Amino acid sequence: MLKIKNLQVKVEDKTILKGLSLDIKPGEVHAIMGPNGSGKSTLGYVLSGREGYEVSGGSATLNGDNLLELDADERAKKGLFLAFQYPVEIPGVSNMEFLKASVDTVRDYQGKEALSTVDFMKLAREKCKAVNLDPNFLKRGVNEGFSGGEKKRSEIMQMMLLEPSLCILDETDSGLDIDALQVVADGVNACRDENRAFIIVTHYQRLLDYIVPDKVHVLSDGKIIKSGGKELALELEEKGYSWIEKA
Amino acid sequence: MSDVIDSYVKTEYQAGFVTDVESETIAPGLSEEVIRFISAKKNEPQWLLDWRLNAFRLWQEMDEPDWAKLDYPKINLDEISFYSAPKSMDDAPKSLDEVDPELIETYNKLGIPLHEQAVLAGVAVDVVFDSVSIVTTFKEKLAEAGVIFCPISEAVHQYPDLVKKYLGSVVPQKDNYFATLNCAVFSDGSFVYIPKGVRCPMELSTYFRINEANTGQFERTLIVADEGSHVSYLEGCTAPMRDENQLHAAVVELVCMDDAEIKYSTVQNWYPGDENGVGGIYNFVTKRGVCHQNAKISWTQVETGSAITWKYPSVILRGDNSIGEFYSVALTRNYQQADTGTKMIHLGKNTKSTIISKGISAGKSSNAYRGLVRMSPRADGARNFTQCDSLLIGDQCSAHTFPYIESKHPNAIIEHEATTSKVSDDQLFLCLQRGIGAEKAVSMIVNGFCKEVFKELPMEFAVEAGKLLEVSLEGSVG
Repeated sequence: MLKIKNLQVKVEDKTILKGLSLDIKPGEVHAIMGPNGSGKSTLGYVLSGREGYEVSGGSATLNGDNLLELDADERAKKGLFLAFQYPVEIPGVSNMEFLKASVDTVRDYQGKEALSTVDFMKLAREKCKAVNLDPNFLKRGVNEGFSGGEKKRSEIMQMMLLEPSLCILDETDSGLDIDALQVVADGVNACRDENRAFIIVTHYQRLLDYIVPDKVHVLSDGKIIKSGGKELALELEEKGYSWIEKA
Repeated sequence: MSDVIDSYVKTEYQAGFVTDVESETIAPGLSEEVIRFISAKKNEPQWLLDWRLNAFRLWQEMDEPDWAKLDYPKINLDEISFYSAPKSMDDAPKSLDEVDPELIETYNKLGIPLHEQAVLAGVAVDVVFDSVSIVTTFKEKLAEAGVIFCPISEAVHQYPDLVKKYLGSVVPQKDNYFATLNCAVFSDGSFVYIPKGVRCPMELSTYFRINEANTGQFERTLIVADEGSHVSYLEGCTAPMRDENQLHAAVVELVCMDDAEIKYSTVQNWYPGDENGVGGIYNFVTKRGVCHQNAKISWTQVETGSAITWKYPSVILRGDNSIGEFYSVALTRNYQQADTGTKMIHLGKNTKSTIISKGISAGKSSNAYRGLVRMSPRADGARNFTQCDSLLIGDQCSAHTFPYIESKHPNAIIEHEATTSKVSDDQLFLCLQRGIGAEKAVSMIVNGFCKEVFKELPMEFAVEAGKLLEVSLEGSVG
């Protein structure tokens, strides 16, 4: 599904990713772990097409499409979803308006019939319930005045609504208490199926107790320096990143 | 994101077109003879001619003001013709098929119904059966309620006492350079009178004043709401209006008697000039209302057009417990300049005013809010709340805020809040990542920013205003 080969990325002349390769198959959950500044967030941004990230080498394809040639909104329409670490506020734009616009564009691109407002509302309320958000949330401005937990649950709710094929979760666990973490994990687990893949970017092993990955990769200084099964996360938790970096 | 932004900012006005319809026009320049000519053409009574001539003499002693944050070449009045007869229906387009398709496309984008499109595009009225019948029904309903709504030139003849009593009563003849000029040469405009205790049965819209084309240049509007009455008046429209005159100097006067309420909503979309700042309307408007006891005046404006906007809809809160409101969205792009705001003059006790101003600047434009809040020594218990927010799109535009506060009463309460923000890369990227295209994203963010003002507009107007911002921000991004 997602094939990344020797990807090199610069931000303002500073090389952040230094030859990263990754092969993710449908249905798989890959965890990317690593210390601060290792390039974890950059990976999510460069795959989703944020400006300011210059690809200086390598390639990335999603279901055969060259991702790096597409505009950010095209990538989203092709089923790439990024759950933000710090979701930004858009004052005055209601979640309903925002999500309807988003779902409409994506469905239109996929050749699916447009949802009527009534059907959309029904669907949106259902997804709110799944992540324990009050349906009144739909009337509020996008992330406007949301608590940290609400923002993250909102991201998962959007993911459920858009049904993407590749989901990248950028430190979705940061700033969450244990109950919220459970809700987020339940949401992700409910979305897991044989056609959908996940990249879970996280700093801590904790989230992986709830979302059990198929593979764990350790990112350090812009490269994957070790890959393994879910037990690698536990080992990291015990011994710290320096254990691998020194090795 | 800067490329994306650049392309919005350079969007062309959606209705660039030229008309070469012949009209009866007098030689350029202003003199006493010109004023006598205008007055005679309209068959005006002597008192009105004298009133115009008095204004002209006052005006000759005045200088063009230069305090606004506006930069434009001095207006040469010798090059302006001060009278242009309404266009002959023989020369007007006979149907929408004869109208510039681009203009029609803009109308369609704005969702304007066909019969209104015809009116806006200046299609000969007798061809537009639909709108004629609408106007007739409309007039019958108003007459039943006793509401007067007619061209001011007609009111001069039919209701001379009312016009004589209130014309110039809110904006004095010597008020300012442009208002005084208007007094001398005003072309036409609306007159509205709502009798005591009457709630006007419908919103009065300038859409329906189709019998007087080409009155935009020196428009004069007078609205009198008698005791306990209520009226909502809609001026202008979201669709681009055709007008070949560069200088506009309108005057609007509102008289709001005890316990009355006037809601005045404007959407202004005159030609703003091209991408390089060439051409465009200079819009110098004086709008003011006076509130008597327990009266309320509410100004709501959406300003997206004109090369130069100079406009401060104001309220004189003369009566105790009266209320003044000002809600404004001003969008400037390319080389447009706007210096707009309000004046709230608190004279009575327990008077209240609210000011919500939203300025959006894009391109190389300049957008200034200028507001005065004055609390007189008699204004016991008066209070004001002001909120000025500026949104910048791109990095070559500017936003300015000039709040003037004069409080001569120790317990008057004045609150002022101001913010400046940018359409951030983070916000744009969030939208893009959810599949929403850049163009739609910017329009959504800008509309969200304006929400507090749009909710003050009458419903259909609010929807149109939202679309207008979308069309105005539309770019060439694929």
